[in-house]
Amino acid sequence: MVDPSVAVAVQDLTISYEGEIALQVDSLEIRRNEIFGIIGPAGSGKTSFLNAINRMDEFKESMIVKGSINFDGLEVGEVQNTYALRKRIGVVFPLPVGLPLSIYENVALSPRLSGVKRKQDLDDIVERCLIRAALWDEVKDRLNQLGSLLSGGQQQRLTIARALSQDPELLLLDEFSIAVDPVTTMRIEDVLKELKSEMTVVLVTNLVQQVRRIADRTGFFLNGELVEMRDTEELFTGTVMDQRTRDYVEGRFG
Amino acid sequence: MFEPTELNRRNHTRQKLVSILFGLLTCLLVLPVLTILSVLVYKGGPTISLEFLFSAPTDGMTAGGIFPALIGTIWLVAVALIFSVPLGVATAIYLSEYASDNWLTRLINLAIINLAGVPSIVHALFGLGAFVIFAGFGTSILAASLTLGIMTLPVVIVSTRESLQAVPVEFRQACWGMGATRWQTIRKVVLPNATSGILTGIILEVSRTAGETAPIMFTGAAFFLPFLPQGVLDQTMAMSLHLFVVSTQVPGVPEELPYSVALVLVSMVLIMNTASIVLRSYVRGQKKW
Repeated sequence: MVDPSVAVAVQDLTISYEGEIALQVDSLEIRRNEIFGIIGPAGSGKTSFLNAINRMDEFKESMIVKGSINFDGLEVGEVQNTYALRKRIGVVFPLPVGLPLSIYENVALSPRLSGVKRKQDLDDIVERCLIRAALWDEVKDRLNQLGSLLSGGQQQRLTIARALSQDPELLLLDEFSIAVDPVTTMRIEDVLKELKSEMTVVLVTNLVQQVRRIADRTGFFLNGELVEMRDTEELFTGTVMDQRTRDYVEGRFG
Repeated sequence: MFEPTELNRRNHTRQKLVSILFGLLTCLLVLPVLTILSVLVYKGGPTISLEFLFSAPTDGMTAGGIFPALIGTIWLVAVALIFSVPLGVATAIYLSEYASDNWLTRLINLAIINLAGVPSIVHALFGLGAFVIFAGFGTSILAASLTLGIMTLPVVIVSTRESLQAVPVEFRQACWGMGATRWQTIRKVVLPNATSGILTGIILEVSRTAGETAPIMFTGAAFFLPFLPQGVLDQTMAMSLHLFVVSTQVPGVPEELPYSVALVLVSMVLIMNTASIVLRSYVRGQKKW
């Protein structure tokens, strides 16, 4: 039985690398059309969690995922065609990666790979995605320039445009603001707030204030364990919560 | 006011001495190359003419030109490349992009390294046994080129693999993340950015292949043929073997003839090497990230 308001349901998940457990989550639900924040210090299993959702473990031999991750009624661990799965899930990595292709081709690549051929269709997708990633105005006159030569902040927005070009149902962001200036970070945060009407967003971040600004609900990971998961506001107003969460949120460690 | 200590001063002097010494040694390295080239040009240069390049040897190989050998070498190298480039590049792509690190991959890697270490005369005997006799190609361009191809495979594989691995892994991850298959990732992102490096490796390989003598001696190269090869099952003359023959096997060869043959052979190699350097610097200028 799948609850339609749930986008990702996790049960008894264990992620380990060569016997070392990186993350253990008994139960976690990400709701449709919410921004789900994940905070926690380095090494707490945040990135492993994202990699498990879109089956990137396939490219990391040492990574073992056990348990259940249910995405839109689909048991991701049992998916045979993982490429089709990843098409439905956009990812943005910590460091911006402009592929060494033109700006246009960066965004058109994914649609092309899924068989979109008409120039007009591609043009539309590229324009739409760049506008939504708040990059269009800066690059519309030089779409043929190399995407890998843009500034860091621009490349990160290009990466987001590329993720959007897949028309994903789920967008995973892994510390996207690590190499981006504060102004660009704010712009991307605004973009994300708009996007959640169309997709579910999972936002892994080091910035506690970032989840406060945009995440609807937030999970706190610590040493491979989901310590706490609740509405973001509750984390900061300090209702019932684990002492470790309180310490982290208030900046006493991490 | 800053006063360098005794130790500072000593380190400074030592650093200067080392840099001068190593610089001199590096300059010494240029000497043999310059000597070889100037002797070749001095002794063999005057006899080189268009006629020398484009006519066959005459008078028991003591006069005339080198045309059949020149064409033969081009044949041998071209056929060897047709064989070794696709196979080598495919192997390198597999090893770099697909293979997981297990005992089989390690065994393959070991095999490649060892293949590179096999002396060329052993390759020659292998070619004789495998291609000339067992496969029944006879002494032919095909047999000689396959032998050359096998000999050059490890270098093609290693240089291709290095070019592929120079493409940052982040590019691959970004592609995988958007649902591209491994092959789509290789075709759209990895290969286009590795092509230049792969080409450079291949060109350097060509220049090495052109100069090989032993592997073609028993498998397809002839001392003397008055005609050009018509197909891959013909025998052919080759520059390297021709040089060996006119230097040691034929009586009454004028002194400058071997030098001229050597000069043409070295020039071919140098032109190829220069091409690869130009290509590489062009590509560096085009660097995309």
